[in-house]
Amino acid sequence: MKQTTNKMPMWLRYVINIIVFFVLFGGSTGLVNSSIISTYYTRIIVLCGINMILALSLNIATGYLGQLPLGHAGFMALGAYASAIFMRSVTVSPSAIFPLGILIGGVTAAFVGFLIGIPALRLKGDYLAIITLGFGEIIRVVLLNIDSVLGFKFTYGAASLKNIPKTTNFFNTFLCVAITCFVIHTIMKSRHGRATLAIRDNEIAAEACGINTTYYKTFGFTLSAFFAGVAGALYAGYIGVLSPSAFGFMKSIEILVMVVLGGMGSMIGSIISATALTALPEMLRAFSQYRMIAYSLLLVIVMIFKPTGLMGNYDFSLSSLIGKIGGKSKPKSKTKTKPEKDGETNE
Amino acid sequence: MSKLLPVPSRGMIPERDIESPPVLEAIHLGVDFGGLVAVDDFHLLIGRTEISGLIGPNGAGKTTVFNLLTKVYQPTRGTILLGDKDTAGMNTSQVCRAGIARTFQNIRLFKDMTVAENVMVGLHHDIKYHIPGAIFRVPGYWRQEKAARGKAKDMLSIFNMQDMGDIKAGGLPYGAQRRLEIVRALATDPSILLLDEPAAGMNPSETAELMENITKIRDVYQIAIMLIEHDMKLVMGICEGIAVLNYGKIIAKGTPAEIMSNPVVVEAYLGKKEA
Ligand SMILES: Nc1ncnc2c1ncn2[C@@H]1O[C@H](COP(=O)(O)OP(=O)(O)OP(=O)(O)O)[C@@H](O)[C@H]1O
Ligand SMILES: [Mg+2]
Repeated sequence: MKQTTNKMPMWLRYVINIIVFFVLFGGSTGLVNSSIISTYYTRIIVLCGINMILALSLNIATGYLGQLPLGHAGFMALGAYASAIFMRSVTVSPSAIFPLGILIGGVTAAFVGFLIGIPALRLKGDYLAIITLGFGEIIRVVLLNIDSVLGFKFTYGAASLKNIPKTTNFFNTFLCVAITCFVIHTIMKSRHGRATLAIRDNEIAAEACGINTTYYKTFGFTLSAFFAGVAGALYAGYIGVLSPSAFGFMKSIEILVMVVLGGMGSMIGSIISATALTALPEMLRAFSQYRMIAYSLLLVIVMIFKPTGLMGNYDFSLSSLIGKIGGKSKPKSKTKTKPEKDGETNE
Repeated sequence: MSKLLPVPSRGMIPERDIESPPVLEAIHLGVDFGGLVAVDDFHLLIGRTEISGLIGPNGAGKTTVFNLLTKVYQPTRGTILLGDKDTAGMNTSQVCRAGIARTFQNIRLFKDMTVAENVMVGLHHDIKYHIPGAIFRVPGYWRQEKAARGKAKDMLSIFNMQDMGDIKAGGLPYGAQRRLEIVRALATDPSILLLDEPAAGMNPSETAELMENITKIRDVYQIAIMLIEHDMKLVMGICEGIAVLNYGKIIAKGTPAEIMSNPVVVEAYLGKKEA
């Protein structure tokens, strides 16, 4: 009955997206395996992927839920440590068990996110920012000191958790980015996503429409933490050594900058700015001491000229793009996202 | 228009509703803000398909009554019965699911969503699939989303807005925003609909159309409607029962004819207004 502006039938859009996914996936895996893309670049691409998941996950809380958490690196740390401790303890082939490690990272972060979310989400705006900021610091300090206080040999504190199997590769990072995009997209384009966006737009009205706001806020926060944990797990398998200092306040801010720069509520925006803000500093190694200055300057400039971020809350739709090239259907607000292909734009 | 009959609990309900239990009953309802008694000893009985009006001067506490009924404010004292259910301890969303829907004096739409999506938020509980169903796009997801879209369109057609489904709600003209808010409230499948100044900012022809549509909504959906309105033509034209509020207290209740000839009301409100 509806969907008049977008002529392309749903199944066709899915077919197109699935084909694109496999072409990109197969193509880029081929390039990586045949060493056309060097190991150095592959590592940068993997890092881009990890940061994409981080930005996408924070975007759930800021863009879709309208909150401002400042402790996102804390969830990443939880996922990283949980997965790393698990991966170090297993005796079977690490790469075979890594999916489970990723899941453990995600679930651990999600569980803590759930516990924090219940009290934190009763507070609004500044208070939530402060409480999550405090939480992020608590996680870092706990990871730093838990061993010496309790006499465990778990996190090894400042001495770093070493010898984590380096299981993260292009293949599993690509898959995780794709799954993250897919899950966030499908949830947001459902009655649950509408409820979440309704709370962001007008909480009282959402409640008056019968929406259980506490439930959806907690859910969004938990989901956000889950994917941050997944990113953390990938990071642990990428870097091989974990120390709590990597997950400080600055890391949280870095992720937030990616989201704000890309446009709150835009998945493609998060992806583009995560890629840019990861790849550029790597490429411009020589100027690394200016990195934070560049970040701040970039943020100020974007906020002055385009306060909604680069992409606003626009989301990319492959099928409507094809439709546009075909010259028929107008761009439409309800679009389909398939942003996985940005994984290798930065060679 | 049917006659109003007095019932034992000091309320008036239409003749045709006399067989069925009242849809809403407020007993001794009151709320204080700090020292200010905003609403006190508020009694109300609304019949199953009654259209009633709540009038009173600015600051009388009308909106506050709606906020109490929908639990935006928790009442300091008193009871609200919805059918035979006591709403004590419920929050806004639970009250909505129990059957009270409302609009807001200062429009509260989901501005960044389309018109159809706004209505579909109202249909939230009409759609049943769970989160995994959405992620894996089970057949039920497609079926229910399509049905909800169709239903939203049907409901928008009450106000002839069925072709505006894809417009951003924030971009609608003022009158259309008010109408959309009514449709969204209706979508929650209420047994009573509370309208806070539905005609505010509308021109006379829009208001006349709105009057017809409010009656039509009552007839089609067989629900009770209670409205706050300053436009006396509208109130006197469609309301069967009217309660007058002044300084948080009900000073008069009755049919439009009774209210218009009530000297207390005329003095407190109408007289000054017409002068
Ligand atoms: N949250 C609140 N805190 C303190 N006082 C409040 C609050 N809400 C309402 N009031 C006061 O209660 C009184 C009634 O306000 P209310 O908004 O219900 O009036 P109203 O009858 O709807 O007026 P209007 O016709 O202007 O809409 C006013 O004096 C108002 O200042
Ligand atoms: Mg009012």
